[in-house]
Amino acid sequence: MPIHEKSLIRPENLVTNDSLVIDGVDVSGHWSTFIRARTITDYNEAMEEEIAALPGGENIHRCWQCGSCTNACTVNAVNPEFNPRYWIYLIRQGLEEELLRDKDIIWQCVSCNKCTYACPRDVVPEGVMKATAHWLELKGHTPKSPSTHFDESFHDSIVRTGKIEEGRILLEFLKKTGQPLRQPWLEALVRGLVKRFPVFYLMRMGWNTVMRPRTRGWRRAGAAIEDYVQERKAGQARALGLDQEA
Amino acid sequence: MAGDLRKVAYYPGCALEGSGGPYDRSTKAVVKALGLEMTELDDWNCCGAMEVKNIDPQVQTYLSARNLAIAGDMGFKTVMAPCNGCYHNLKKAEHDLAHNPEAAGVNRRISAKAGHRAYEPGGVETIHALDWIKKAVGEEELARRAKGRLAGLKVANYYGCMYTRPRHIFPEKDKGPGSESTLKPHFMDDILAAAGATNVDFPLKTACCGGAHSLSDSDMSTKLVLNILTTAEACGAEVIATECPTCHTGLEMHQVRAEKVLGRRTSVRILYFTQLLGMALGLSARSVGVQENLSDPGDLLAEKGLG
Repeated sequence: MPIHEKSLIRPENLVTNDSLVIDGVDVSGHWSTFIRARTITDYNEAMEEEIAALPGGENIHRCWQCGSCTNACTVNAVNPEFNPRYWIYLIRQGLEEELLRDKDIIWQCVSCNKCTYACPRDVVPEGVMKATAHWLELKGHTPKSPSTHFDESFHDSIVRTGKIEEGRILLEFLKKTGQPLRQPWLEALVRGLVKRFPVFYLMRMGWNTVMRPRTRGWRRAGAAIEDYVQERKAGQARALGLDQEA
Repeated sequence: MAGDLRKVAYYPGCALEGSGGPYDRSTKAVVKALGLEMTELDDWNCCGAMEVKNIDPQVQTYLSARNLAIAGDMGFKTVMAPCNGCYHNLKKAEHDLAHNPEAAGVNRRISAKAGHRAYEPGGVETIHALDWIKKAVGEEELARRAKGRLAGLKVANYYGCMYTRPRHIFPEKDKGPGSESTLKPHFMDDILAAAGATNVDFPLKTACCGGAHSLSDSDMSTKLVLNILTTAEACGAEVIATECPTCHTGLEMHQVRAEKVLGRRTSVRILYFTQLLGMALGLSARSVGVQENLSDPGDLLAEKGLG
């Protein structure tokens, strides 16, 4: 019969001895599995405050580890490694090295807000996930995620025009993330459409090239938003102790 | 609910000008058929969708506050948004401006620099197209006009994330009989049942389609969508009715992607609730924009004598 708790310990920290006697007691074999002792000295005491300084992370200190967020999580149901409760624990303990093991999946939060709905402490775990993903990027632990590229294209489009041009953002996104436009499923979609109503789509494509969506009288609002965002970014860089140029 | 519900301001949002075109077309057609009146907001801007809040939540609040200010200036007490993302962001702005002094401060500051009046919370109420049709027309009137045209059509009603979560930005929901539920929403069920449809018992009404990462994490979205599609089929649905352009396009796109990438074929059809309602009111499939949908429900509609 397997020892279920074993699955909670990483394999490299489990030790089974073929023949070991301690104080006259034989502790060989499977039933005497040991967990390797470890001493943690490299706490990152600034991590919680730094993440709290980023948008969405403000309420992380309120968490009392009930696990409602992970229990409700959409992504956790697909990938059990995606565990907001655990990551909040690691951040608050300053266990940076442990957090970095999961650095490449934290950005995958889909913002469904099930965690925020379930949280009894108003932690807004969805925001904490975004702040954490942001922190990992700003600190250079991960490259910009596809999601961040998307957010930035989107934001830039709004600052410029007040609106979103879906086609333009799609192309820009595929280019930034190095993905080919010719993907079998995208082609299948377009083929299906064109077959059903070719004239309409040609007309709309032509129309969209000439008439770009734009909010009238937006210039000052766009500039005011950009000023504010730059100011906030400078403040965040200071809070994270980053070089302003970086 | 404030104001005269037969006349509201209309905030279509960017998606309804692009990939959500059929939602815009069908909403307008239904509104006309029902004798309601709506006026598009002048010079509206994007609500920031799911993206701008990741750059800065206060900017997202400002974006919606500007739209609410315009609605107020045009003399409207109610603004109607059919897109779940727009609806959610307008509601969230209303809540944050009233309860978060920082958000209110940033809104005043950016508004001043942008050269327009800063929106003060409480002036304008945001409602979803669902709330509007249910409250301004009501099931009795809908049933009288629809004459059971959707009879025999089995529908799974899919509401998505942004219509009900998080609960605190929707103070009018969860208020007992007559109000919408955030856990088990039913307004779309009510409207389509009045139009004669058979609603199946669908447990994933408020599940997530992965719309925020539809492109940036396609594999995740495909899995989430496939789960919704197969569950709807297992519940006996022929159609999934949607109320959000991101969900709708996501379901259509990833239905194709699931087949091409995972080899999992599903045949449940996807239509906006306004398209179903429009056809129930006797409008043609063409006039509610069915031919603009990414997926083709033609055969099912023909079989049911719709369109």
